[in-house]
Amino acid sequence: MNTAQTRQHTMMLNMGPSHPAMHGIIRLVLELDGERVVNSDVEIGYLHRAFEKSSEQSGYLQVIPYTDRLNYVSPLINNMGYSMAVERLFGIKPTERCEYIRVIMSELSRVSDHLTCIGASAMELGAFTAFLYMIKARELLYQGIEMVTGARLTISYIRPGGVKADLPAEFEPHIRNAIKETRKILKECDKLLTRNRIFVDRLKGIGIISKEDALAYGITGPFLRSTGIDYDVRKNCPYSVYNRFDFDIPVGTTGDNYDRYLCRMEEMEQSLQIVEQALSSIPGGNLMVDTEGREIPAAMMVDLAKMGETEGLIQLEVDLDPTLQGGTRKYFDAVEAPEKRAVLPAKEDTYGNIEGLMQHFKLVMLGHGITPPAGEVYQAVEGGNGELGFFVVSDGSGRPYRVRVRPPCFPIMAALPLMINGGFLADIIPTFGSVNMIGGELDR
Amino acid sequence: MTHLVIQAVLAATVLFFVFNLAALHTWMERKQSALMQDRIGANRAWIVFPRWLAPLNWLLRSFNVLGLFHPIADAIKMFTKEDYIPPKGDKFLHTLAPCLSLFFALVGFAAIPFGNTIEVGGHVINLQVANINVALLYIFAVASMGVYGVVLAGFSSNNNYAVLGGLRASSQMLSYEIAIGLTVMGIVMIYGSLNLQELVRAQGHYLFGWLPLWGFVVQPIGFLLFIAAGIAETKRIPYDAPEGESEIIGYFVEYSGMKFGMFYFTDYLETIMIASLATTLFFGGWQVPYLTQAGFQFPWGAAFALAPLTVSILQILSFVMKVLFFCWLFMAIRWTLPRFRYDQLLKLGWHYMFPLALANVFITALILLMVPK
Repeated sequence: MNTAQTRQHTMMLNMGPSHPAMHGIIRLVLELDGERVVNSDVEIGYLHRAFEKSSEQSGYLQVIPYTDRLNYVSPLINNMGYSMAVERLFGIKPTERCEYIRVIMSELSRVSDHLTCIGASAMELGAFTAFLYMIKARELLYQGIEMVTGARLTISYIRPGGVKADLPAEFEPHIRNAIKETRKILKECDKLLTRNRIFVDRLKGIGIISKEDALAYGITGPFLRSTGIDYDVRKNCPYSVYNRFDFDIPVGTTGDNYDRYLCRMEEMEQSLQIVEQALSSIPGGNLMVDTEGREIPAAMMVDLAKMGETEGLIQLEVDLDPTLQGGTRKYFDAVEAPEKRAVLPAKEDTYGNIEGLMQHFKLVMLGHGITPPAGEVYQAVEGGNGELGFFVVSDGSGRPYRVRVRPPCFPIMAALPLMINGGFLADIIPTFGSVNMIGGELDR
Repeated sequence: MTHLVIQAVLAATVLFFVFNLAALHTWMERKQSALMQDRIGANRAWIVFPRWLAPLNWLLRSFNVLGLFHPIADAIKMFTKEDYIPPKGDKFLHTLAPCLSLFFALVGFAAIPFGNTIEVGGHVINLQVANINVALLYIFAVASMGVYGVVLAGFSSNNNYAVLGGLRASSQMLSYEIAIGLTVMGIVMIYGSLNLQELVRAQGHYLFGWLPLWGFVVQPIGFLLFIAAGIAETKRIPYDAPEGESEIIGYFVEYSGMKFGMFYFTDYLETIMIASLATTLFFGGWQVPYLTQAGFQFPWGAAFALAPLTVSILQILSFVMKVLFFCWLFMAIRWTLPRFRYDQLLKLGWHYMFPLALANVFITALILLMVPK
């Protein structure tokens, strides 16, 4: 008898890139036996934008807007990681107030990242209402971010040497209210999902990854912590002022989707606590330092005339001389060598007076911008999905020699077949949802 | 001859109402989900006339604001879209499938009694399109035929996702048809009929003289099981494995235009069907508590005489309100719960619902044997 004749054929299924759960940028080539996944292959690269190569073509400052597009759900953390890497190249340290602002903004971004992740995976499981509740909470946080940065997605707020602008006065009450609302919404979603039998059945015991595998693949973030390893960049190699805050790193036990869900839910609460602590203890002071570490007074960032403070300016006589030698000498100094600020001048200056415009021009034009000393730096920050690392190599010129990003979801995507093989087709959805794959960061 | 005319009028009325209710269901779905999710909901399909017809605009304004014209906009969109048949699919079956689905979803309504009787011009009309003795069996028969449309849709599309959807639909239908059939057996045993009109009339009695003896009073477990299994019939969340839009997109992945619209419509029709069945079997159908053919007769002795026509209208209204209540309930469930996984769904059907329903039948039979009539 020929057994080969009774062999069952498996079915090849292309899941994505045009698939509702694949974000349009991932293709899973699946070999299915009925509904069981026998084998799978992950194909990435649909959102490749040559971030790293583009960074080599542009000055240090022009990379910042590119970093917004990495993990576009929490762009502030990307800004921060890159800026800190460049700051370390210069060997400068931002001001206290700036560090606190950075921490507040990063943690708000982390919460919005987790909200999106949990909400979207709940939606993909059919719980559409929970998704919209979470997006409502995210909207409140985004409003706060918008208040400070002026943008919601492509913010470019954190720059080497500081942050673009100070927190407005109405920020703190808004965020305190947003935190209260977010907690309420999280509690509501917790009631809707955490002990919902259908939801638990869909997540528990699905997409398990062992500690060893997770470490071997280089997985970090909530994904690693769900396996029981309490690795968090904020605790293990504290950066900025994270060591001043009191927060816990939630860990799971089994490394399945449900643990990842619980980890993320708890991390949001911890992040909100960090924000509250930072808001209560934020010091005053300047926001920026120049590339030699000198603080730039906040007043220098504002054009007085633009702010309506024209007293004393109206009657001012200006000595004009063609060589910039006489009365305009002081501006000349500000434009040329001694001025070492790495941040662009306030937009009021750029558009309002020639010195600001020239300074802006000097900073953004190739060969005129900031030039860190030769060297290399790896700076990791805790992103929404795990360790987000920036490796920046400087050869002493105005452009980075190399900018390498360690995206946290890349190793997770590499390990994805491990988790989905042998499971059901329907289990891919929650597992993939818990990866929180962000195309911009994965494909760069 | 008059008999035929009456039947035709009845059928047309039922068809008209069912179609409109299904179309309004899209509106209900949008608005109810919006309400649950802190949104406003669809309100952009406006009909606005030129200024010289301003009074008409004023009249239409509330409809516009409420978004009540969205079903019409949907219909226009569906009909004007390209009707795409996959080149390697089976053209005939691909077209037949949505027709089958829609047909079998519609014909079931013929056996639903939506009122007692009404007297028009000397004719006593039974408010039911077809007074079938085995109406319950008939409804389950056509409901399970509906799955052919789904399976054929999956098969004829020549798309792996659609095939998976069709397979899921057929196995789901198999598991839940049996459970749903068993849950209503208790009702059939207690009231002793398969004729739905008889069943509803039998629910007009009172326990202790004041508690309406409706189906859910005598069969509470049967009622809950029927609701749970009934939602599975409608293929909506949490039982939407055949559709599962984020997993396999669904058996209708290769459908567009009005053919897709027909499947969509079928879902709503099935929801209304289950709501009508739940009303008829467990919520006393068109019965209004303490309302007899002569008017209200309250258990504490008060009476309130009503004209026969008013009574009939009240009964029809009562039926419609109950159906709407169930539609609302199903939609609230749909927008609250996540989706079962395919195997969990089958397990729930076979391991929990089926034995429970069987036990319910057994216990009902025991009680009926022990308690004298």
